Amino acid sequence: AAEKFVLVYVFQKTEKVDFSYNKLADPKFSFYDQTLVEAVKTGDGWVHLFFLSLSLCHTVMSEEKVEGKLVYQAQSPDEGALVTAARNFGFVFRSRTSETIMVVEMGETKVYQLLAILDFNNVRKRMSVIVRTPEGRVMLFCKGADTILCQRLHPSCRSLGDVTMEHLDDFAIEGLRTLMVAYRELDNAFFQAWSKKHSEACLSLENRENKISNVCEEIEKDLMLLGATAIEDKLQDGVPETIITLNKAKIKMWVLTGDKQETAVNIAYACNIFEDEMDEMFIVEGKDDETIRQELRSARAKMKPESLLESDPVNTYLTTKPKMPFKIPEEVPNGNYGLVINGYSLAYALEGNLELELLRTACMCKGVICCRMTPLQKAQVVELVKRYKKVVTLAIGDGANDVSMIKGTFWGFFAAAHIGVGISGQEGMQAMLNSDYAFSQFHYLRRLLLVHGRWSYNRMCKFLGYFFYKNFAFTLVHFWYAFFSGFSAQTVYDTWFIAFYNLVYTSLPVLGLSLFDQDVNETWSLHFPELYEPGQHNLYFNKKEFVKCLVHGIYSSFVLFFVPMGTIYNSVRSDGKEISDYQSFSLIVQTSLLWVVTMQVWPVVVAGAFQIALETTYWTMISHFFTWGSLGFYFCILVFLYSDGLCLMYPNVFQFLGVARNTLNLPQLWLSLVLSVVLCMLPVIGYQFLKPLFWPVSVDKVIDRIHHCMRHPLPPPIRTKVKHASSRRSAYAFSHKQGFGALITSGKTMKGKPKKNSLLFKK
Amino acid sequence: MTWSAAARGAHQPDNTAFTQQRLPAWQPLLSAGIALPLFFCAGLAFIGLGLGLYYSSNGITELEYDYTGNPGTGNCSVCAEAGQGRAPPPTCSCAWYFSLPELFQGPVYLYYELTNFYQNNRRYGVSRDDEQLSGLPSALRQPANECAPYQFSAAGLPIAPCGAIANSLFNDSFSLWHQRQPDGPYVEVQLDRTGIAWWTDYHVKFRNPPLVNGSLALAFQGTAPPPNWPRPVYELSSDPNNTGFTNQDFVVWMRTAALPTFRKLYARIRQGNYTAGLPRGAYRVNITYNYPVRSFDGHKRLIFSSISWMGGKNPFLGIAYLVVGSLCILTGFVMLVVYIRYQDQNDEDEDEQ
Repeated sequence: AAEKFVLVYVFQKTEKVDFSYNKLADPKFSFYDQTLVEAVKTGDGWVHLFFLSLSLCHTVMSEEKVEGKLVYQAQSPDEGALVTAARNFGFVFRSRTSETIMVVEMGETKVYQLLAILDFNNVRKRMSVIVRTPEGRVMLFCKGADTILCQRLHPSCRSLGDVTMEHLDDFAIEGLRTLMVAYRELDNAFFQAWSKKHSEACLSLENRENKISNVCEEIEKDLMLLGATAIEDKLQDGVPETIITLNKAKIKMWVLTGDKQETAVNIAYACNIFEDEMDEMFIVEGKDDETIRQELRSARAKMKPESLLESDPVNTYLTTKPKMPFKIPEEVPNGNYGLVINGYSLAYALEGNLELELLRTACMCKGVICCRMTPLQKAQVVELVKRYKKVVTLAIGDGANDVSMIKGTFWGFFAAAHIGVGISGQEGMQAMLNSDYAFSQFHYLRRLLLVHGRWSYNRMCKFLGYFFYKNFAFTLVHFWYAFFSGFSAQTVYDTWFIAFYNLVYTSLPVLGLSLFDQDVNETWSLHFPELYEPGQHNLYFNKKEFVKCLVHGIYSSFVLFFVPMGTIYNSVRSDGKEISDYQSFSLIVQTSLLWVVTMQVWPVVVAGAFQIALETTYWTMISHFFTWGSLGFYFCILVFLYSDGLCLMYPNVFQFLGVARNTLNLPQLWLSLVLSVVLCMLPVIGYQFLKPLFWPVSVDKVIDRIHHCMRHPLPPPIRTKVKHASSRRSAYAFSHKQGFGALITSGKTMKGKPKKNSLLFKK
Repeated sequence: MTWSAAARGAHQPDNTAFTQQRLPAWQPLLSAGIALPLFFCAGLAFIGLGLGLYYSSNGITELEYDYTGNPGTGNCSVCAEAGQGRAPPPTCSCAWYFSLPELFQGPVYLYYELTNFYQNNRRYGVSRDDEQLSGLPSALRQPANECAPYQFSAAGLPIAPCGAIANSLFNDSFSLWHQRQPDGPYVEVQLDRTGIAWWTDYHVKFRNPPLVNGSLALAFQGTAPPPNWPRPVYELSSDPNNTGFTNQDFVVWMRTAALPTFRKLYARIRQGNYTAGLPRGAYRVNITYNYPVRSFDGHKRLIFSSISWMGGKNPFLGIAYLVVGSLCILTGFVMLVVYIRYQDQNDEDEDEQ
């Protein structure tokens, strides 16, 4: 996955700053705060120093394949972002050798002599460089975590430090990752002395790390504060929010990435898959079966000690050796945990006897990170979850290496994720072309699942339920009629009605229902991710719902047969003539059936959202058109099919001559129709009304809240900013590993391209 | 390929209310304040309608006589006994005597009712040829196969009208006699035997084949009557407008009943002194007993009935409407109680919050 990081100081929707004064600026960079640029242009010394420090104090490597087009290779994206920012403001880091750094300062090329890099590590949480300026001054530039740096400031910076801390707090609340930047001018003699100590420390054989850091402490003090930076993690728009929302919808997220562990963990924190409040993060990095098993089991022992006992239900279940397609039930841990496993360990963990251990442990964790994965392993992990868990899996990715898990036919014999989603990004089209759904931003996943996925599920369930219902009601009338027709398989309806029933008469309302129904509109379904849960538990269509459809259908068919039967039994028209003939009876039953079934769309629409005599229905013009249109259409067809001309042309095919004319004008027909409709609706409405009261599901509460909100409208929901705990606001600005500092100063990496460097120097 | 939010992509769907599912929708928020009155109003309306239907049905007088002739049920048992096991049964007459203490409010309709007679049996129901009945000459000579085994006679002649329905035509006949003064003579009451079927049936659906030389008999030449019929179809009535396929008794019979118990209109009484109904006095119905029903445990009944705007006597709709109306109101009350309790609970919850 490719992430882009952009330096952000102030967010204002204003004109982009014009960086045309700087030929080396990155054209993709956009910035909005005019005052800062003005400060740079007017030549404010402090601002210049600030940017100079950014362009010097880093371990970024630059590449200039085409002149003027710089490409930075940064160890952490944050560093890259800071150097890029400096570049755009006119302090272009152009190239480096092991001993020099070339910077183009406001168009003027300067070469700084690199004297030392005091590299970043987890304990120091800062890095410094010591350079000799072209003017011969020895300067130390330092950037690092604000908590560490503010203790090392010169007392004269106290007041500035306080203001800066306030700003940093604001930034941290915005979710930005902050750093402080400071400098110190060194006395030449002092530096020489220190340099000697430093080289000694670097060469010592014992306790070198400690010694070096002690030496560094000596020089990194009495710093002069230059400013602070804050970096917004531009994973993509809305990634952390999306993940929080999806978590609320009880969707578990696993990160399967080819990135290295540190990057993966950083990103996991940044996008809220891991949280600071997590009880523990387990790292599985064993190099053989037994260690990995031990690591997995000890992790599980912490999360749920009883799951290792013989008596644990899952264990007993597994020892009974169930037949192959078995599912492991859900296990609940005693807290919030995270699991990190790398590809090397995973290769062992995915083997026969360990895969269940891995699955059980991983499924108890809130977040799981698998890093350094091969494409095949990604598919294997998805496959593993799919095989042993009663879940639906969704794989989302943007790279060609995600194709195997998205498409699910890796080498033709895998069937990976149920749903594959491709993100169209910078890494080509393969993922997109192989996916079921493709979009351009990760955060659209939220809409795909919570809005469209939810609607689709609801509509599908309503459609199925309704479809079963209308056919039960239609067919079972014959069951009742059999008792009165000598079990002679006499049909109740006209043969033409049977032919047209599903095809013409009742297809439009159910289509309208399944295309346009929205029990809750998108705002609410995004606002309350809990609404997504019923789908995960298969609540809207399952065996129970099917039985309900069946019972409802049986009841409706009962009403639909016996109400018309009672109406016509030994009855006559008001002119004494026939009403109880077979053809009139057919007409009454089929007309009632159509009305009942069509009207039933209404409570079906309501079904999801019925609450204590409050209901939300969603009737667009199209629903109206479909519903009433199909009823009107029925009568038109009826008049046509029963017309004299047609019936006289084919008397044996169209036998119902005159029935429409003679029967549709009878009050009995309409009275019995109204009675049937009301009798069929009453129990449904009653049930819908009582259900949330007596058998409440969690969703009902949410819907109740929605209704409450609809009656008392709130101000539009404000986009909630992700709150970052200040404890770690600076800690992730760098990669967690030791930086490249030693490599750079050793000059090893430079040897490969001496030509290029010399070439650059000439210019 | 990257899509940005601002630039319109090649495959971007139209941003219309329809494609984006943002159609303006009618989303009624049915509060208890609307739903409950709806229930009560519907309930009251149903009860009102039910009462009306019930009383109009109750206001209809019916006079009914079972003349099947089971042993010990009047003088038709002789005929029933005589016809036992003989086919065709011998012609036999019996009578039904009744007296009216007061005027039987008219218009009065005379029905016969058969029970346990499955005219809706599928094989029986299809055993007819509507083409033949609509007067198509080709179908007259070549009846539809559905009519078998009443398609061709033993002699190989096509049967007209073919099929089991026509063959089983009800052939009892009735005449009504009125004794105006005690011990006076019985005077025949005119029965109107026309206008007893649907107008569309005997004008459009059922048609005689084209006359040959002005004679209906010649038109039917070369056909055989159904085996159970004593005379051919063109002699069903002496009235030239009411014979052949358009004979109204025949048309009424051919409109098969939906249920195994059914009534069919035999005649209307609306002539002379009887326009207002049947005056008080003694009456006799002479019954020509031909139709055997005891072999299948059937019953034959004669019914005199008056008519209201709602048709014949049938209390079902009235009672059903009353019951459903009451149910509506009951449900309304239950909903009201539940609603009030729920609201209290809600308020408490909100207070807690």
